[in-house]
Amino acid sequence: MTSNIQIGTGTPQMPDDNVPAAKLKVSKEGSGQGSASPLVRIFLGLLCVVWVIPVLGLLISSFRTRDAQLSSGWWSAIANPFDATQWTVANYVNALGGGEGGVNMGQAFINSFIVTVPATVIPILIAAFAAYAFTFMEWKGRDVFFVVIVGLLVVPNQVALVPLLKIYSQLGMNNTFPAVWLAHIGFGMPLAIYIFRGYMATLPMAVIESAKIDGASHFTTFWRLIIPMSVPALASFAIFQFLWVWNDLLVALIFLGRGDNTIATVALQGLQGQTGQGRELIPSAGFITIIVPILVFLALQRYFIRGMTSGAVKG
Amino acid sequence: MAIKFLNAILAIIGGIGGAMILFWILNKLAEATGRKWEDRIKPYAFAGPAILAIAVYLIYPAVQTIQYSFANADSTGYVGFQNYIDLLTANDFLAVLFNNLLWIIIVPALTVVLGLGVAVLTDRLNPRGEKLTKTLIFLPMAISMVGAATIWRSIYEFQPTGTPQTGLLNAIAGLFGSGPFAWYQISTLHLNSLLLMVILIWTQVGYSLVLLSSAIKAVPEDTVEAGRIDGAGERRIFFSIIVPQIWGTVITVFITVLIGVMKVFDVVLVTTNGGFNTDVVARRFYFELFSDGNNGYAATIVVLLMVAIIPVLIYQVRHFKAEEAAR
Repeated sequence: MTSNIQIGTGTPQMPDDNVPAAKLKVSKEGSGQGSASPLVRIFLGLLCVVWVIPVLGLLISSFRTRDAQLSSGWWSAIANPFDATQWTVANYVNALGGGEGGVNMGQAFINSFIVTVPATVIPILIAAFAAYAFTFMEWKGRDVFFVVIVGLLVVPNQVALVPLLKIYSQLGMNNTFPAVWLAHIGFGMPLAIYIFRGYMATLPMAVIESAKIDGASHFTTFWRLIIPMSVPALASFAIFQFLWVWNDLLVALIFLGRGDNTIATVALQGLQGQTGQGRELIPSAGFITIIVPILVFLALQRYFIRGMTSGAVKG
Repeated sequence: MAIKFLNAILAIIGGIGGAMILFWILNKLAEATGRKWEDRIKPYAFAGPAILAIAVYLIYPAVQTIQYSFANADSTGYVGFQNYIDLLTANDFLAVLFNNLLWIIIVPALTVVLGLGVAVLTDRLNPRGEKLTKTLIFLPMAISMVGAATIWRSIYEFQPTGTPQTGLLNAIAGLFGSGPFAWYQISTLHLNSLLLMVILIWTQVGYSLVLLSSAIKAVPEDTVEAGRIDGAGERRIFFSIIVPQIWGTVITVFITVLIGVMKVFDVVLVTTNGGFNTDVVARRFYFELFSDGNNGYAATIVVLLMVAIIPVLIYQVRHFKAEEAAR
């Protein structure tokens, strides 16, 4: 959330249907499926074009040579697409290989995975255990803790950064992967617990009760019953967290910096200032950075939307 | 490269495996305490690591941050309210606050209105057209703000006068015989800030669209029909029947975008780095913390941000409690 949206604020209220019905009069058609007037269609079509144009510009530029990029706008490539001299894949090769541009997007791209995958999977495990305790176990302080977690959903991560930077430098952890993993695990935890508990509370109590009667321990019930049943919720959070961590700039900038362990967003941000050599790599580096979240998003859109409508967005 | 890959895989297995082993050990420990204690200890074994993570990464640092906000630049001595006085009386910081205020006023409202408008219109398309339109408008949500800012270079880019323009906006301006303009540098009427807001709105409208669209679809058809029978026009039906029923979702979207906007950071850092009177609170925070090395100012800015978020926090907790009570 993308990188900027943080957190949902409760489940959107679904409308109730107690609006009074009324007297008879003439019914008018004008809305409903397939009723769009040509004007509406044109407007929406234009809107889609406007929405896609910037991405198209990036994509086209990324395949144009340095000379072409500098001597004419990217749209001129649409006018004469068969002028082969303007096209090249060298930008991608250079950006990934860390050639002339000086920024090794290939390495940063791999680092993005190194940061993102553990920072997505580990909190799921930890939060699922916690959500189980919050949903199915009775313990002192449970409700108070949960209200704190709900409150923390809206608290910006910035609150943690000043002390963390200090602590990390005392421990010599700056610019290491564990530093970022742990930070993302901590920052993602409230949302994860919130989503999982919300989902687990809707699971049929009877199933858990009967498992208990059959002598299953909490541990077994958790692994064999709750986790398999909670997959949709786990998937929703996984996508949020994946997108959030992959797209994050602030945490990576502060704790990973621009060294060997830098990630794609930071490397791309570093490229922006280029005016001389390497400038032509910006579009391809941009595309390399955004392609993974786009693919993940398109593949798993269903879970993403389900997570959103269940009242939680971070991104 | 191969070694780096191997390291990555080892790190992933190590991290995940470590967490699994941790829970296994905690569970075994709880079981080892015997029947009587097991049930009491187990909840803490299950919730413990999560609570620890939250305590270490959010609660403790938050308290520490408040403390730092009353201390000097390297947190070695207390200065009372000096940081607050310094910042809140400095014109440049007040300008930063004002910019943030502009973002807060404009972006959430526009995001909701645009999303709502498009949701109503796409509702009238056939299912295939609707799905395609929604996916296209929703897609930027997956893109990082750094990525979005890079993408929008193809629109906003500026080349010196006399050279070919590579940004679409300047090319269009050129058609009318004006320009070229260095868009990000024009702070008259906060034009540059507004152009940056466009980038953020571009990424957020899809979110608003998808949530509001599903809320509109959940509006019972008979309430709309009843209005129609009563002779209400389309506009009247929309404002008097549909909007009241989706109001909860409107608020949810508004507040979610609002929280995001309050700490907007990436898009400003990447495009103007806070220059040309476009600076915002979170960018300034980053600058104080990282470039200027002034922990006192950085912590103070965060505390101000937290104070601004308190109303949202109260709303959030109340909303949650009401929901729990309704369960």
